Amino acid sequence: MGLWQILEWAAWIISAVLLGWMFIDFLKVGREYSEATLLSSREGIDELELFGDGKKKGH
Amino acid sequence: MAEQAAGQAQGQQINLLKVLGPTHVWALGVGIVLVGEFMGWNYAVGKGGAYGALIACWVIGLLYTCVAMIDSEITSTVAAAGGQYAQAKHTIGPLMAFNVGLYLVLAYTMLEAGDVLVAGQLVQIGAGELGASTAFEPFTILSLVVLAWLNYRGVFMTLTVNFVITAAAFLTIIILFIGLEPWHPESIMKHSELLTGLPYGWLGVIAAFHFGIWYYLGIEGTCQAAEEVRSPGRSLPLGTITGMITLAIAAGLTWYVCVGMLPWEYLGWDLTLAPLYDAARVSGSNFLHVALFVGTLFSAIASANGCINDAARAWFSMGRDRYLPQWFGAVHPRYRTPFRSILFLIPIAAVFALKVPLAQVITFSILSGLLNYTFMPINMFKFRRMWPLGSIRRGFQHPFHPFPAILLMSLCIITYFAVYLGYGRQLLAMMAFYIVASLWFHFYRYRFVRRGDQFTMAWPRPQGY
Repeated sequence: MGLWQILEWAAWIISAVLLGWMFIDFLKVGREYSEATLLSSREGIDELELFGDGKKKGH
Repeated sequence: MAEQAAGQAQGQQINLLKVLGPTHVWALGVGIVLVGEFMGWNYAVGKGGAYGALIACWVIGLLYTCVAMIDSEITSTVAAAGGQYAQAKHTIGPLMAFNVGLYLVLAYTMLEAGDVLVAGQLVQIGAGELGASTAFEPFTILSLVVLAWLNYRGVFMTLTVNFVITAAAFLTIIILFIGLEPWHPESIMKHSELLTGLPYGWLGVIAAFHFGIWYYLGIEGTCQAAEEVRSPGRSLPLGTITGMITLAIAAGLTWYVCVGMLPWEYLGWDLTLAPLYDAARVSGSNFLHVALFVGTLFSAIASANGCINDAARAWFSMGRDRYLPQWFGAVHPRYRTPFRSILFLIPIAAVFALKVPLAQVITFSILSGLLNYTFMPINMFKFRRMWPLGSIRRGFQHPFHPFPAILLMSLCIITYFAVYLGYGRQLLAMMAFYIVASLWFHFYRYRFVRRGDQFTMAWPRPQGY
């Protein structure tokens, strides 16, 4: 088996290991946390308004 | 890593982490685009000759300058993941937002597929130059999975890595320029011999606009980081506009080097994979040869990395708003990334990378990008009309409105014509796809969307409502 064949196999194996790691982690997170917690993200708050220089908003 | 230490207890709200600064925004935008200097833009030479490609570089550069200005104003104000999707939701409405979200996901996923395919093929070319032979598939999949894993583990490390490899790739362009001794005209670069007029006239120049997009395609991706930057009002305009300046310099240097080293008939040839690398090869310098091989590989990897980041955020945002199943709107409790969206898009990118021809993949990416740019001037007009200057605080206020928006719309129309000249069938197929998707959204999916949750910014009521 030549060097490049070894590298090809190494590439497949590393890919499989990382994919496996992500998949196991994905399952573990699903078991340990409720759906409500995982989906609790809310769209970005407007920090410019919250931490602005106190300028009065126009209406 | 900050995000690794940021685990949260059950029951608390989990949001994306705000850890990014202007350098990360630069790395995201330039990282996605820089691969276009290493390959792709040269097809513009095939359409319009060397000068045609230069004119395309300037005209399309103007188009993207308008994109960067408009994006900087709106995104620094609508600081939400999803970028233009979140903007469309606020200024136009759900159907437009759904379409813009799809443009983004398709443009980035297709580009990501093209990038990892090129990365695999470059390894194959490198092996060939060392006298060996290898398949490209294992290295294509390895690139995709390693980058997806990096993205899964946290945005800070992902974009820090992107900063390093993007800066290295940009440096190789400068090294090549200096290595070819531009201060000695005609000694290595032969502009006077190689530059010709316009081989296909002005129609050829217009046709070149299609591939001129390659010089800058993806700079608008900086918007996807909006929810994760520490200071959107400062970081997004700074990162986007310095990114645009970097790309204009890189595009100019790339054009100058390549047309001085390679005849236009060769540059515009369809099978030329990487013209900057070819220019380094014909220079006869081993150092430049190796440097440009590394630069080309890094640019492809940086682009794929940024695209995984952006496609996942657009998909995540649509899931969070129930435009797609809400399941995709989950955030990883430890790494604070949209992990389900990242995982879901891996097999899709892999199939496109391994099964669909590169030219088709790239054309779909360009068309989706172009549709997104067409939305931007409409978005800008509505944004300024609904919330005039002074009614809300803007992170950045772009000058000369409405001139950039009008210019952007005009350039988009000309570029559609350019695309139609070469890829009319794909353009019509893409339009048909978006019409069918819109019908699906309108008649089926929209019933799941919570209408009251669409507007998330703490702004006053828009004028006229």
